[in-house]
Amino acid sequence: MPHTKRRRLVTTAVAVSLGATALAACGSGDDSKAESGPVSLTYWTWTPGMDKVVDLWNKGPGKKEQITVTVKKQASGDTLVTKILTAHKAKKAPDLVQAEYQALPTLVSNDALADVSEDVDGVKEKFAEGVWQQTTLGTDAVYAVPQDIGPMMFYYREDLFKRYGLKVPTTWEQFAETARQLKKKAPDKDLTTFSANDSGLFAGLAQQAGAKWWTTSGDKWKVGIDDAATRKVAEFWGGLVKEGVIDNQPMYTPSWNKALNTGKQIAWVSAVWAPGTLNTAAPDTKGKWAMAPLPQWSAEQDVTGSWGGSSTAVTTDSAHKEAAAKFAVWLNTDHDALNALAKEGGIYPASTSAQLSGAFSNPPAYFSNQPDFYTKAAGIAKTTAPASWGPNVNVAYTSFKDAFGAAAKDKSDFAAALRKMQDDTVADMKKQGFGVSR
Amino acid sequence: MSSPTSRRGYGVKAAPYTFLLPATILFALFFALPIGYAVWLSFRKVHVSGLGLGSGARQEVWAGFENYRAAFQDSELLHGALRVLGYGCIVVPVMLGLALLFALMLDSEKVRLAPFTRLAIFLPYAIPGVVAALLWGFLYLPDVSPFYFVLDRLGLPQPDLLDGGPLYLALSNIAVWGGTGFNMIVIYTSLRSIPAEVYEAARLDGATPLQIALRIKIPMVAPSLVLTFFFSIIATLQVFNEPTTLKPLTNSVNTTWSPLMKVYQDAFGRNDMYSAAAEATLIAVVTLLLSFGFLRASNRRDKRAVSQGGAR
Repeated sequence: MPHTKRRRLVTTAVAVSLGATALAACGSGDDSKAESGPVSLTYWTWTPGMDKVVDLWNKGPGKKEQITVTVKKQASGDTLVTKILTAHKAKKAPDLVQAEYQALPTLVSNDALADVSEDVDGVKEKFAEGVWQQTTLGTDAVYAVPQDIGPMMFYYREDLFKRYGLKVPTTWEQFAETARQLKKKAPDKDLTTFSANDSGLFAGLAQQAGAKWWTTSGDKWKVGIDDAATRKVAEFWGGLVKEGVIDNQPMYTPSWNKALNTGKQIAWVSAVWAPGTLNTAAPDTKGKWAMAPLPQWSAEQDVTGSWGGSSTAVTTDSAHKEAAAKFAVWLNTDHDALNALAKEGGIYPASTSAQLSGAFSNPPAYFSNQPDFYTKAAGIAKTTAPASWGPNVNVAYTSFKDAFGAAAKDKSDFAAALRKMQDDTVADMKKQGFGVSR
Repeated sequence: MSSPTSRRGYGVKAAPYTFLLPATILFALFFALPIGYAVWLSFRKVHVSGLGLGSGARQEVWAGFENYRAAFQDSELLHGALRVLGYGCIVVPVMLGLALLFALMLDSEKVRLAPFTRLAIFLPYAIPGVVAALLWGFLYLPDVSPFYFVLDRLGLPQPDLLDGGPLYLALSNIAVWGGTGFNMIVIYTSLRSIPAEVYEAARLDGATPLQIALRIKIPMVAPSLVLTFFFSIIATLQVFNEPTTLKPLTNSVNTTWSPLMKVYQDAFGRNDMYSAAAEATLIAVVTLLLSFGFLRASNRRDKRAVSQGGAR
């Protein structure tokens, strides 16, 4: 069936065109009749406190519509993708699932996600173009409703920057210079670390540099992990690690927490959700950090990448797709729902109107010293570069962890690690039978 | 209608099968069937056509021995096996050596506080492997470990235990710490079952406690040593918890450090159940060959020892 319809090439964001799927999904959408009688839905999510948000629905709009949603708490990210795919094989996937944007092509290509385009009229306007595009994969279909986003930013210890006479870098060149200056002034300290245990960070940095990791032309995929933009990013960080001006140990370890908490590392390239992480990792330095836009590759640019973010999707196995879509829309666009999501789950909403209202009119408690935190954040979120994901992001991500982990450890050539990542990804696609052009 | 005699004959013939039935059904359902399914999966693969999008683009097809060929040619799997071999060369001798030593010490007459000591040595076995690995992982991290703090204060060198060769020691240490107690109990139990007359006779012959330990106790607990060795080999080949738990703490442990981690990664990271099934089957076969090879070798030695003894 995928051969029956020629796809148009989508040059922007996710260059995936799902003509055939869209057609098939539309067909099934037509016979969804108006539902009557009580409906109960299951929802797999990892957002903390989601049960409380869903309670709002079950007691409010859900009660009126006779749609009851039950939350089943899940592990996050890739683990959940595997679980959804396994459940889908048995035709027993839950009605609603949380999925990270980069997992959507994988899920769609396994035919696990339903097209809900008919049930999301007028929802598109509530989200930034680049965000919405990730849920349509560039087609007329809509496979998910955006929930949260993770625009990337630069976090630094304001007090220590002042003490060491460092300026907040606005370009990556200045960033490298700052790292060198700090090393000179305080040899036992590091500006930051290059961590190879979260591929999302590297993907976001590459995205900022303009990388397009997966694109399509005709019925072939093109994998551009080893493209000029990504190579620039890899060589930049590899150079800093080799020079010894930044650390090479992974993030999210007790050591890392301590380094942040004691000021051994004084900056962190992260995303909008950083306050939550910093609060756990470095509780003693509350109020001493500040946030700035991500350094740029050239002074006249103003663009950021994204690290994290997820959406709510309806599965093809759901018997009540319309009701499920209704809930997904409410959850991610309703004022009260988003407020509760921000409060209980600590998410940064994809909905642009929610980014400046309710929970986001005040800065996070950890950043009480920066009253305009969320105004700034909303401004940065607008500059997010489009993302382009493919059907085996998981393979690329694993390869990144292994190849870059080894390269960071040995302080060796990051470009070679990037080539390995490209080769692994292409080899896996070829092995599975995907059409791949070099 | 059949005659009473023929019915009785039929009933007698069927009786053993009736008694076997529950066990056979359970064996088939919970043993043969899952293994059979895994083996079946190992001969299949998914074939994607074109962009791999749309409902009919993914098809499960027959793969023949392709997955097995790939597993044999996979250098990562081989490297994983070699890493585990290196790890096993440290773990098995050290763990069993310590277990035997502790068991002999506990069994000696001069020991005090035996019940407490026995419990103390056994206790780590009761701690879940993941918890143990986390606990040790934190102790290995220079920035948070009290050991490194002390080393730093004393001005001693601080080795990086999560890198290179020391990583093997670090991993082995976790396994030894957790496994010695169990093996000690196995050996100790069989030590206690040696009849006291044997020792009495030995003492009358003028044997020292050390001689009793070396010449009488160790040969007499040889069967349980074989058993613990057997268990340890299997546990070593299946090492998964410790490296997986240490992985986030260091760049030195990759996602395919041990063969089982590679299986896990293929099944749940790459979502390729078919390759994972082939690798799992391969590992199972190798484990069987190694452990039964060892059992046969030790049996042959026993027989030889018996026949030599008889000849004398």
